[in-house]
Formats: sequence, C-alpha cells, structure tokens
Amino acid sequence: MRFDRHAFEAKGHLVVPGFIDLHAHLREPGFEDSETIETGRRAALRGGFTTICAMPNTEPPIDSPGLVKELLGRGHGVNGARVHYVATITRGRKGRELADMVELAAAGAVAFSDDGSPVQDPRLFRSALEYARVTGRPVIEHPEDLALSAKGVMHEGTVSARLGLPGIPAAAEETAVARDIALARMTGARLHLTHLSTGGSIDLVRRAKADGLPVTCDVTPHHLAMTDEWVAGSRALAWEVEDEALLAGPYESSTKVNPPLRGRADVRALWAGLVDGTVDAIATDHAPHASVKKEVEFDQAAFGISGFETAVALVLGGVGVHWAALGTVIDALTVGPARVLGIEVPRDDWTVIDRDAEWIVRADEMASKGKNTPLIGRTLTGRVVATVVGGEVAYEGEARVTEAISRR
Amino acid sequence: MERDRDLSELAIVGIRARGDALAARIQSAIRANEDVDVPLGAIDITLYRDDLTRIGYAPVVRESDIPFSVDGRIVVLVDDVLFTGRTIRAAMDALVDYGRPRAIRLAVLVDRGHRELPIRADFVGKNVPTAPGDDVRVHLSEVDGRDEVEVVVRELV
Amino acid sequence: MSSSKPGVGGAEPLRKEVAGRRPWNRRHVLDTDDWSREEIETVLDQTRAMREILQRPIRRAPPLRGRTVILFFAEASTRTRVSFELAAKALSADVTNITASGSSVEKGESLYDTVRTLQALGGDVVVMRHASSGAPYFVAERTDAAVINAGDGWHAHPTQGLLDAYTLRDAVGDLEGKRVAIVGDVLHSRVARSDINTLLPLGARVTLSGPPTLIPSAWRCGQLPPGVTYEPDLDRALDGADAVIALRLQRERQETGLLPSLREYARVWGLTAERVGRMRPGAPVMHPGPMNEGIEIDAAVAHGTRSLIETQVTNGVAVRMALLYLLAATVPLEERV
Repeated sequence: MRFDRHAFEAKGHLVVPGFIDLHAHLREPGFEDSETIETGRRAALRGGFTTICAMPNTEPPIDSPGLVKELLGRGHGVNGARVHYVATITRGRKGRELADMVELAAAGAVAFSDDGSPVQDPRLFRSALEYARVTGRPVIEHPEDLALSAKGVMHEGTVSARLGLPGIPAAAEETAVARDIALARMTGARLHLTHLSTGGSIDLVRRAKADGLPVTCDVTPHHLAMTDEWVAGSRALAWEVEDEALLAGPYESSTKVNPPLRGRADVRALWAGLVDGTVDAIATDHAPHASVKKEVEFDQAAFGISGFETAVALVLGGVGVHWAALGTVIDALTVGPARVLGIEVPRDDWTVIDRDAEWIVRADEMASKGKNTPLIGRTLTGRVVATVVGGEVAYEGEARVTEAISRR
Repeated sequence: MERDRDLSELAIVGIRARGDALAARIQSAIRANEDVDVPLGAIDITLYRDDLTRIGYAPVVRESDIPFSVDGRIVVLVDDVLFTGRTIRAAMDALVDYGRPRAIRLAVLVDRGHRELPIRADFVGKNVPTAPGDDVRVHLSEVDGRDEVEVVVRELV
Repeated sequence: MSSSKPGVGGAEPLRKEVAGRRPWNRRHVLDTDDWSREEIETVLDQTRAMREILQRPIRRAPPLRGRTVILFFAEASTRTRVSFELAAKALSADVTNITASGSSVEKGESLYDTVRTLQALGGDVVVMRHASSGAPYFVAERTDAAVINAGDGWHAHPTQGLLDAYTLRDAVGDLEGKRVAIVGDVLHSRVARSDINTLLPLGARVTLSGPPTLIPSAWRCGQLPPGVTYEPDLDRALDGADAVIALRLQRERQETGLLPSLREYARVWGLTAERVGRMRPGAPVMHPGPMNEGIEIDAAVAHGTRSLIETQVTNGVAVRMALLYLLAATVPLEERV
C-alpha cells in the first residue's frame, strides 16, 4: 500500500523518518529458537525501525565474506526492515586474530564488532582500530573489562548489596571506555561505543569529543528508562514515582541485561548526554531469548532485553517529562545513527507514531520470538502506528490500537 | 470442691486462657483450708484443637507450664466453661504427652450443656442451661478486671 | 462476633483487630526485609511456646498431622536440614527429602523441572536451600505450596535471622537501643543480611566489621541502611557492644584474591577472649555455624561462658516450628492441590 502521509497526519499522528537501529541481535544463524531474520525484521517494523544492523555473535559468527553475502540474500520475501550486517573484528570473535576486514567490508559489512566479547588484548584492539581505517567503516565496541565484571549479574550498588547478587561495577565499563578512547586518539580511528550505561562513560566521551576525536556513542531505551531497582521488583520508569500497585517480584530474569540497569543518577547523565550532543544515537541492543534461557535462576539466566517493540514508548516517556526535546530524540533514532554508519537516511522510509496511544505490552502480540522484557503487562504511552519502507506501508498497527483501548 | 481426699497425689492443671486463673484460685483455696500446696500447672491446648483448619486464622499459641511430673498423679483439669467437650478432649491429649496420670478429673465453673463428645465434669460450679446459639462468657478479675459470668442469649429473628 | 461453630477454648486470633496493625497473613517466608516489628515479634512469641514443647517428655504436638513438608536442599547442609526435619516432625508432619549433591544443574535437572516435580508431589510446605540468590522466589511463583527459604545464595536466611533475634532477646532483654556487632565476610553472608533485617525492626543498631574486600562496596562507601554502620577496626567495633555475631569465613576467599591469608584474617578480625572482653559485661557471642575455630573465632570463645552458640541451635528448631505452624496449620485441607 502506498504511503499517504497526509492521511496519517490528519489523524494527529507524528510522521518522522524511519528509525535506524545500530545494534540488534537477529540470532540467525545458530539460535533460531530465540529469533530469526524474518521475525526480527517484523518486530523491528513494529517498533518503527526501518533499518537495523545485525550483530555478528551468531553461530557461526559473521567473520567470513561468504556468510555476509549469504545473509544479505536472506529474508527479502516478507515485509520487514532493511538489514545491514556487522562483521566481527576478530576471527570467530575469539579475540586473537583480526578478521579479513577489507573483504568483509567489500562483501557488504557496514561496521565491525565483537560485541559481548570485547577484545581484551589492548595491542590487538589497537591493530584493529588502525586496520579498520582503510575500510572506512566504524568499529563498534561494547566496552567492558571482563575481569572487573567477572561473575557480576547486575549493577554493583545498594540494590545488589541488598539482593545478595554479585555486581558489575561502573568501573568495568569506564576503564574500557577510557582505554578505547586513548587507543582511538592514538590511531585516529572511527570508534563507536555502544550501549553506554554510566555517567562516567558519558563524561569520558564528552571530553574526547571536546578534544575533537571522531568518537561516537549510543545508549539504549532500557538504560534511558529503567534502573537497578527493577531487579528488586520496582516497575517505576526513571521519571516516575514508585507505585506499589505495579511492583513485581524481585529477581525477575527479564531485568537481567549487559550492561546492567544502573542507578537514577546514571540514567539522568545519559539523558543529559543526549541533550548536549555527547550521545549520537539511541540503539536498542534488541536481545531476544527463547524462554528456556530466561526461565531459570537469575544468576543462570542469559543477559538481554527484547527491545524493538517498546523502544518508542520508553523514549517518548522521557520527552513527556521534558528530559529531552522530541527533535533530539528523533534525531538520535535517525540522523545520528546514519551519520555513525556513514549512510544517507533513506528518503522514503517513514515511521508514524501515535504519541498518546495507551497500550498494554502483551507477549502474544509481540512479533519478536523473544518475550524477554520486564514491560510485559505494563501500560505504556506512545505507539508506532505504521512503518513505511521504500514508500510502501510495510506495517500497520492502527486496528490493534483501537482494539486495545476498547478492551480496557 | 470440698471433697476430702488424700491430697498428696493431687495436681491441678488449668486450661488457658481462664482455666489457669481459676486453677490458681483453687490451689490457694486448698492451701488456705488444708495447709497443703498442691502442684499447679497450666496447659495451652491450641495445637491440639480439632478446628484449626476451619477458623480462618492462626490462634496465638501460649506456653504451657507443667513444672512437675504427672506420672501417677490425680490431675484435675480446670476450665471456665464446659460446652461441647472438644476443649477437654484436646486438653487430655495434651496432658498425656507429659506422662501417665493415675486419673484425670474435670472441674468447671459453668456447665452449659450441649456435649458433642462423651465428656462429663466431676466438679461443677453451676449448671446453666443455654441454647446452642447462646454465648457464655466468664470474666475473671485476674484477666478481665472483674468477676462475672455473662450469658448472651441470641434472639431468633 | 462468635464463630459459626461452638468455640473450642477461648483462644483469641493472632489477627489483631487494632487498626493499622498487620495480621499474620504471609503465605511464604522468603526474606524478612519487609516484615513489620509486629510480625517479627509474633514469630518470637510463638517460638517461646514451641520451645516448651521441646522440653516435654514427648516432644510432639499434632497441628500438622496429615501435612507434608518437603525439604528441597540443592546446597549441602546437615544442620539446617535436620533442624527443619525435627521441627516438622515435632508438629507431626510427614517429611520428604529432595537433596542434590552439588547443584541441580549438575545433575541435569533444571530448577524449573524440579519445581514441577514439587508441585506434582503436592506438599503443603517446601523448605528450600539453593545456591542462587532469588531461587525461592522462582519456586514460590510456580507452586501452590508455602515456601520457606532456608538460605539462597548470598541473599537471605530468614529463619537464622529470626532465631538469632530470639536468642539475643532472650539473653540481653529488649533490643531497643542495643548495639550488635556482626563480624566477618558480610559480602557473601545471607546470615548477615537476615540478621540486619530482624534486628533493626526490633530497635537494635548494627555495626559491621571485617575486611574492606568482604563488605558490599556500596556499604563500605557509606550507603548503608539506617541503623547500620561499618567499622573496619574490630576493637573499635566491639568497644561497648551488647553482642557480637561472628560469621564463617570460607577458605576460598583467600584463593580468589579477596584476602591475603587466613592467618592475617585471624589476627586482625578473629574473635579472641581479649577482644570479646571489650564488649559490655555479659555481652554474648553468637555464630551461625559451622565454625572455623582458630580463624574467625577462638575455641576458648566458642565454648566459653559468653557463647550462645548451642542455644542458637535449640532455638532454631523452635523458630522453625513456629513458622511451620503459622504457615501451614490453619490452611484448610480442601484448598490443597
């Protein structure tokens, strides 16, 4: 169906360029019970994302040009977001030898990342940054010192002290960010730091940018909206007051994510970074998991939140309490990520949003196979009503919206 | 309670939570009249009740206190009101967990009838005929600040 | 006002009609962190009555006749398990043991599968110990039984917290304003957390002491719950204290780089007779057991006149009886699965 912009705007909806997600996990190949390229692309559309970048921590990992080409050929039959592929920095993501970056870029990879297994050897990471320059593609780094985060399962702070859970200190991210920035300074590389979660990390990037370094960064919607108190059972978004009626039980594994949900001060610092331009983009780190990986003891559960379909509501919530302007947030979902990747924002991709729609997050309505979000059952405000790819309406959810309201 | 007996084998055990106060009064009375100290104990029967799953709440369990051996003794159980007999049944079950009395007797202040179990009192203060729906409340100065027996009659509407 | 059946005895309900006071209506005992002072005192009062039963010639009462208590101990423990077993049997319950040597993950059965087995067994109460913090919440969400947490990871050991509060109150009287020192590996101690959660509502203050690496970093930096302080110098922590609770030190702490040596720990934070003498006269010494004599506590102190360690064990059975009574004795049999 051809997109009729005016028809949507006449209903009072917001029409913005289609969102670009720098960081998502489609789990294919290798983990298809958690998500497939097809289900991931559909879930992305439902969340308003018309372009997504798939991370390479698949099985096998995306470290060969052949696999990049093969994946680019998949999943075109159905309505879904455009997919770009991120290739690994090191062979097999093992952190020992560089992957064939030039050939991977030629095959279509838009960036390089070892994501959850960041290169711990600084000498190798330096090489990676230097070598990647010739490809013109950014290196997307998940900054984490694995020794400091060791057995941690949530943010190290007063909540972890109370709940008796081993913590991941802010320093585990901040020491890695500092290291990465220093190496970027030395090599002149295009470094992009992904899903920053602490005020200290934002400060380091702010300083690097002030020094003129081409360092960029993104934050996730869940880090913008939730705190470590959620592990203890809170369901108050960062700008809300605690509501006893909303309380969930403690140790819900849907709140387990890496980097972990942090404290309120960190959340405020992330928003401040968005507002002053330190943070270039909002990326979901959509991490779906089959329930068997999550329906276990907290310390055994896989890390990750399924984020596509709730991103807009979370982000608009902060706008609603004036923590950022609407324009800032929309830029962070469109222009910002495009700049990081060095691409144009696609002209004919659009996202239509009903800012006032109230809806309840239901597992059976989610297009993603991953139902692992602590927002299940919660009422959110702000919903994607239609998504347009190449001028054609690829997703339309309006009927569902009215259905949800009349069900209440 | 003025039967003459060999008091050396006697023991008095009151059923909480008013029988124990009555039992103490009986012990004092015996001391005053006979100049003999009969061993005194108190027993809480909450854990032996047969209606725990029907009342909808967990009653307070109080400490029992039987600081002597019941073996071979004539134990007189004391309670304020004898009604269905279930309390006494529970008290006897509790008592035999302490040993083997030679005999168990029962003394009550008020017998209001309507037994549901084959229990009878050996010593009765007063027989008060009641309807099953009535309520008989005994107040004792040690517990309630006054000595009084109240009979609340339920009107049939 | 009167119940529909003719009354059996005049025992009044635990449910207090006084406005604002919570009645006892908990379905589980997972953690005491959200218990009111009244709830804690209710359990302590019932514990006294249960202790008396344990002193009778026949140490048994019938309120849990026909009930089944399942002991699910995924982490090895003899003392606590036996304590619960004795408590359940003292109230005439039937007891079933599900134990796993090593974790249930090792055995190949997931916690999820074990919970389904528990549900199928249809016990009235599940008493569980598990190495993962939060595991009892996982189980409580998925079974109809009442769940009692007998220790989950580093998080909580609520029955220990209650028996420690009972033992202490019995020994030193009203805990209002009293200062209790808790010494040792607080970071990894569910006993420390549970002791804090029962002592504070009763009005006591707590001074934590021990190596800085074995205290949660947030607490070490001053973000402590109100009423709790951290004093790394043990002598200062014990000066004038009303009681001390020593925590067991695991040998692995030295291996994982958290401590230089057990010897240094014993010298700096071990409870010696001399150190213990800095407390108030008569201030007792407690320990949840099992003890490493010569490391966190000297043998002389462990078996000395101030030691309440054996009393803790006896009180443990009574506290567990009180909780089993409160959780299971009055649930109508028809409502069981």
